[in-house]
Amino acid sequence: MIADCGFRISDFGNSQFEIRNPQFEILADLHVHTVLSPCAEVEMIPPFIVRRARELGLGLIAITDHNAAANCEAVMRAAEGSGLAVLPGMEVQTSEEVHVVCLFDTLEQALTWQGIVFNHLPDLPNPEETFGAQFVVDANGEYIRTETRLLITSTDLTLNDVVQRVRQLGGMAIPAHIDRPMASLLVNLGFVPPGLDVPALELFRLTRPAEAIAQWPELARWPLIRASDAHQLSEMTPALRLHIKEPTLAELALAFAHKDGRSFALVERQ
Amino acid sequence: MKLRQIAKKLALTVKAGETNLDAEVTGGYAGDLLSCAMAGAHKGNLWVTLQGHLNIVAIASLIELAGIIVTENKPIAQDTLAKAAEEGIPILATPLTTFEIVGRLWEMGVRT
Repeated sequence: MIADCGFRISDFGNSQFEIRNPQFEILADLHVHTVLSPCAEVEMIPPFIVRRARELGLGLIAITDHNAAANCEAVMRAAEGSGLAVLPGMEVQTSEEVHVVCLFDTLEQALTWQGIVFNHLPDLPNPEETFGAQFVVDANGEYIRTETRLLITSTDLTLNDVVQRVRQLGGMAIPAHIDRPMASLLVNLGFVPPGLDVPALELFRLTRPAEAIAQWPELARWPLIRASDAHQLSEMTPALRLHIKEPTLAELALAFAHKDGRSFALVERQ
Repeated sequence: MKLRQIAKKLALTVKAGETNLDAEVTGGYAGDLLSCAMAGAHKGNLWVTLQGHLNIVAIASLIELAGIIVTENKPIAQDTLAKAAEEGIPILATPLTTFEIVGRLWEMGVRT
């Protein structure tokens, strides 16, 4: 069942929005953690993530560990030849303690962003016994090293800093789980800041758009997407249906804006 | 008690809204989650927080707060200060923690 999330291609019904390029429909989960996130289960290794994604019929996922991108390449490699597209990304924590999903087209962009983020994170050790271990692994899920630096904390980059810098790198910033009771745009900052220049807002995986709009009417004006924020395999979900030409950020932006025949819809949970 | 007296006694730095320091402070609210401040602070209150995001001004304006104290010398965004000046919302800064500022305000008789 497709949730009501605004306009659909058929709503326009005129040639202004005719599809010029061949489209395909793809199920996406744009917020997935790996074992590099201390709070993720040890099963969140590249081959298992890829296998689970295929079982769920996902055609696109994004790897978004807390303030880190070191496992993106491993998942991208694990997905080679599987039919699953993987966008490298990160879930960054702003100085306001708002979580923001940052997506990139290339690994190089993600690693450049990683360098910037590390320069804006306090250089503290990760207390493993409290938060959990942070593992960097290869495409087979084999251990490479432990990230000893504290990842679960705020950068000193503001929300606006993150949005602007990610865009400068060619990436896309999407406030994460905006309706969750902590680390979220709506709770930490009260409402969507005027002029916030992002292409979409991410709802928590269990939230229905109508529920969120009932609580925060301003959300009716925004493209509301949904992603799993999976920290374990069973949380991964094909929550987003995209009609795009290829799995790139440019296409995602068109889909979120319902432009040029691209579109998105939310897939309701069973 | 007027905001001007509080600012002087606690050695707060006035960052914006200096024309509105004669507002009567009716009580206070402390916290950094803006959604909670929106729900818990009342008209004429002084809000103690370490958030410097632009949205603090909108909340102060909406609730008609007497002013905002930003603690621990946390950075206050330029657009926040510009909007506060435009709206006439006093923003005051201090190196002290929220805990210490609230304790002193309470001692001075600023109570909810």
